[in-house]
Amino acid sequence: MSVLRTYYPAAARIGFQRDIQYRGATFMAILGFLIEPAIYLVVWRTVAMEQGGAVGGYTVDDFTAYYIVWTLVRVMNLAEAPQSWEWRIREGRLNEMLSVPVHPFHRDFAYYTGAKFVWILMWVPVATVLTLTFQPRLDPQPAHVAGFLVAIWTGFAVRFLLLYLMGMITFWTTRGAAIFDIVVAGELLLSGRLVPLSLMPDWVQSTSNWLPFQWTFQFPIEVAIGRLSNVEILQGIGMQVLWIAGLGLAFSRVWPRALRQYTAVGG
Amino acid sequence: MRPIGPARLAAIHLRVAALNEFQYRLNFFVQLLQSIVALAVGLIAIAVVYSHTDSLGGWSQAQLLAVMGVHLLIGGVIRTFVAPNMYRLMEDVAEGTLDYALTRPADSQLMVSVRQFSVWSAIDIIMGVLVVLWSGLAVEGAVGLLGTVTFLFVIACGTVIVYSVWLSATTLTFRIIRGDHVMQLLNGIYEAGRWPVTLYPSWLRLSLTFLVPLAFAVTVPAEVIASRFEGSSLVWTVVITAVFAVGTRILWRRGIRNYSGASA
Repeated sequence: MSVLRTYYPAAARIGFQRDIQYRGATFMAILGFLIEPAIYLVVWRTVAMEQGGAVGGYTVDDFTAYYIVWTLVRVMNLAEAPQSWEWRIREGRLNEMLSVPVHPFHRDFAYYTGAKFVWILMWVPVATVLTLTFQPRLDPQPAHVAGFLVAIWTGFAVRFLLLYLMGMITFWTTRGAAIFDIVVAGELLLSGRLVPLSLMPDWVQSTSNWLPFQWTFQFPIEVAIGRLSNVEILQGIGMQVLWIAGLGLAFSRVWPRALRQYTAVGG
Repeated sequence: MRPIGPARLAAIHLRVAALNEFQYRLNFFVQLLQSIVALAVGLIAIAVVYSHTDSLGGWSQAQLLAVMGVHLLIGGVIRTFVAPNMYRLMEDVAEGTLDYALTRPADSQLMVSVRQFSVWSAIDIIMGVLVVLWSGLAVEGAVGLLGTVTFLFVIACGTVIVYSVWLSATTLTFRIIRGDHVMQLLNGIYEAGRWPVTLYPSWLRLSLTFLVPLAFAVTVPAEVIASRFEGSSLVWTVVITAVFAVGTRILWRRGIRNYSGASA
């Protein structure tokens, strides 16, 4: 444990330095990611305006706030893509990761944690343009700010673990791409990423309650825009912690089996 | 010996790519499943929007299907023909192996544009055509022969436009190393074409009309199917296509002139 206490800040610093070194490329990548919410924002604002100013309990201003906070949540919950494991295995990069006395999970998690600070820096100008263009109305209370600061990190941990677990599929097949696409589609529809879940049919909303997706997108966003009570915020963070425990347990069971499947090549 | 013509050169490379991919037939089913998932998500997104409204910026649900169909179709063209060549080009610049393409007795721009194909991605093109046909049947007022010819013409222009934009962006790799992020940005921007550009605020609409002209590559062809097409759009499409094709040619030649090779 004490090793990890010194390892995490060092690895996070490397993540930060690597992404700040390629800041132009990082900015373009972030810009590419953030076009998605700008599109949803325009579409749902248009729908709300055509319906007299509100739809599904969301006003034009609510949609604006929702999707602008979405951009920060998206930057925060970026995690290692499952597809990258294919490359790591094929190119023999995993050998190098396995030869150091720290679990690859810690290496990746620490790296992403450090890199987040660069991405947040890159996010600021994009968010400024969106804010000036669409002028959201945000009036967060101290409890919402505190809840949000916790919920975006726990949401990141949920998503990171979920994608990490998905990545383990590549130890058994080189054709996991279709499965990953299905999971991403599920996330898009069941997380509040495409649209707040209250605008989805009832069965979608009830299905989403059994899945981890909404805790990585909609929950932190709704905390920030003040749609949840203090009790709901605490309950939501509790759900995130439960998902972290569940996914962490699943990963700890799958990882040794995945490694048994692994045959080192190249590297 | 006379060098072979552009069409034959492209056909030969396409044949080699097809033979190569036919070895991995299971990939066809993986791609099919991926395309079905993407189509389903697109249809669900439209269904969710229209469960709350009858019209989106003046577009009915059937008309918006045309936008989605063209977006899928042109996206399929990008993934099948354009992007694989651009990734190969970026890789060659980074590895110093572009010299092999440049020393061939063929036009360098042609050579780097027809070397690599992702054959199974053509499923997206077929799906796009089917969605366009579906929309054409659902929209009031038949498209007709003239409309069909116009559609094919503006789709061809759209293909030239996206190719030009993608190659221009890739030409940047002569100056920067991590060009894959430029591709990521372009893919992100292309997603904006999933909805009619008329919905967007003016600064974004202007960017999508003149900077990355998805207005002409996606929205205009969709307008033909959706019975919203105006004659002036045709003139603008031709002008923009010509400007982008010529501009890309100039950028490419300039890029090549500055290229000094990396290893070979």
